[in-house]
Amino acid sequence: MSMTRMNVQAGQVEMASPVSHAAEPRIRIRDVTLSYGALQIIGGISIDIAPGESLCVIGPSGCGKTTLLRMLAGLARPTSGAVELDGSALGGPDRSVAIVFQDYGKALLPWRTAAGNVSLALEARGCPARERPPIIRELLEKIGLGRHADKYPSEMSGGMQQRLQIARCLAQEPKVLLMDEPFGALDAMTRQALQDEVLSLVATTGATMVFVTHDLEEAIYLGDRIVCLQPNPGRVGRMVDVRLAHPRDQLVTREDPEFLRLRRELYDLIKDDHQ
Amino acid sequence: MRAAFRTSWRAALLPVVVIVAAQVAATVTQLESDSLASPLAIVAAFFSVLKDGSLMRASLDTLMAAFCGCVIGVGAGSLLGILLGLFRLADDALDLTIELLRPVPVVALIPVVMMLLGFGARMEIVIIALGLLWPSVVLARTAVREVEPRLMEVSAVLQLGFPARLSKIVLPAILPQLFMSLKLAAGYALVVAVTVEITANPFGLGYGIMMAQQALRPAEMFAYLIWIGVIGWLVSLVLMAAQRRFFPAFAKGETR
Repeated sequence: MSMTRMNVQAGQVEMASPVSHAAEPRIRIRDVTLSYGALQIIGGISIDIAPGESLCVIGPSGCGKTTLLRMLAGLARPTSGAVELDGSALGGPDRSVAIVFQDYGKALLPWRTAAGNVSLALEARGCPARERPPIIRELLEKIGLGRHADKYPSEMSGGMQQRLQIARCLAQEPKVLLMDEPFGALDAMTRQALQDEVLSLVATTGATMVFVTHDLEEAIYLGDRIVCLQPNPGRVGRMVDVRLAHPRDQLVTREDPEFLRLRRELYDLIKDDHQ
Repeated sequence: MRAAFRTSWRAALLPVVVIVAAQVAATVTQLESDSLASPLAIVAAFFSVLKDGSLMRASLDTLMAAFCGCVIGVGAGSLLGILLGLFRLADDALDLTIELLRPVPVVALIPVVMMLLGFGARMEIVIIALGLLWPSVVLARTAVREVEPRLMEVSAVLQLGFPARLSKIVLPAILPQLFMSLKLAAGYALVVAVTVEITANPFGLGYGIMMAQQALRPAEMFAYLIWIGVIGWLVSLVLMAAQRRFFPAFAKGETR
């Protein structure tokens, strides 16, 4: 029984692994540094991220996880080095790169309904007004907010608000989805549900995902690869491939020996950084 | 409903007691004065200026001037304040000028504007607008600076252009503060209007008070005075109701 499952999983690994390091990377981070005055936050990071890949970023606080993500979003400029999107340098924010912020409460427009918040992204990309309603309905359905289109963010739970922010990001039709500890403030059940939804969204849209988290298990569950950053200044400590089958399952995947082995490995890595 | 009635009854107690006491005092002392009047005489004077139409005309003149001055002053001031809030460079360039102009009492502008524009509604509107300009600039600038930075990042990530950023993010975000600015301005506009009318402009309610005083008709003077108070109260009542209707969270003093 368990042998059969192992074999099936092994087969799926071959099938589902979208990561081909030979292909032209979607994102190329080239020897990026960032300093504020004399303080160096990021000290030379180079990573290639393949199209459709899901890269998780972990590391102790102050290692520059969020700063790295902000540079990918074009919200922060590297002091030296460059971020390239599909081969051309990223000079600033780009609509094809969406970012989900952790503080959903601040990232949503409180004066717009759920539908209105999704609409903002459509308006931004010049989608004609009469084409918007069906797209909005479909996106809200997809993320499980179909019945809440007319609610204001203040009338929604944290999980619903974060779903809404994800829906707005999807409305950008992004090639790259950046996530900055998006589920850190949510309860465990909601977090697991959203993890699965994000995985299926990434699988169906083919978006490349960069997911920052401080939760090691979340990183393993969501990632094709995990990069461990080390602090002072932020740099790549270790790059770990996650050879777990897709689609992932909250119970089966988390009990997989490989999952447990990775968790142990990452835990030791992070623990060393904290000492 | 009943609770509201009970509190309003309590609130009315003091004015009623004062008025009755004043009337009793006036009757007992058989008041004959060039500077004071009994409440009943004030009521009579009120109805006489109401009947001959002078009160309504004066009220309309004052309210129109205050309204126009308010719209122009708050409008122009808020616009400038929004731009200064958004563009650091413009703010750096104008900050000193604004800080120098701001403390000039608006009453000090009366002779200057009068010399430029003469008497009339136009001069009064300009003075009111100038008086409201700087406070509106400062309030709007602060409001724009306090717009959630995350929302500005969202608009950056979505690559919203300047007009879209203004109309979809900044303006809706500061609308409650702009309305509060308008509410404060309305009260101030009435004060400035009446001041201008008392000191210079032969026009409106302030002029009505002046004329009654100079003709030694204290009852009519007090009738005008109380009427000005009532108008100010009604205006703030209307604006309060509008604020509760459109910005319920803000009216309760909550942050959004």
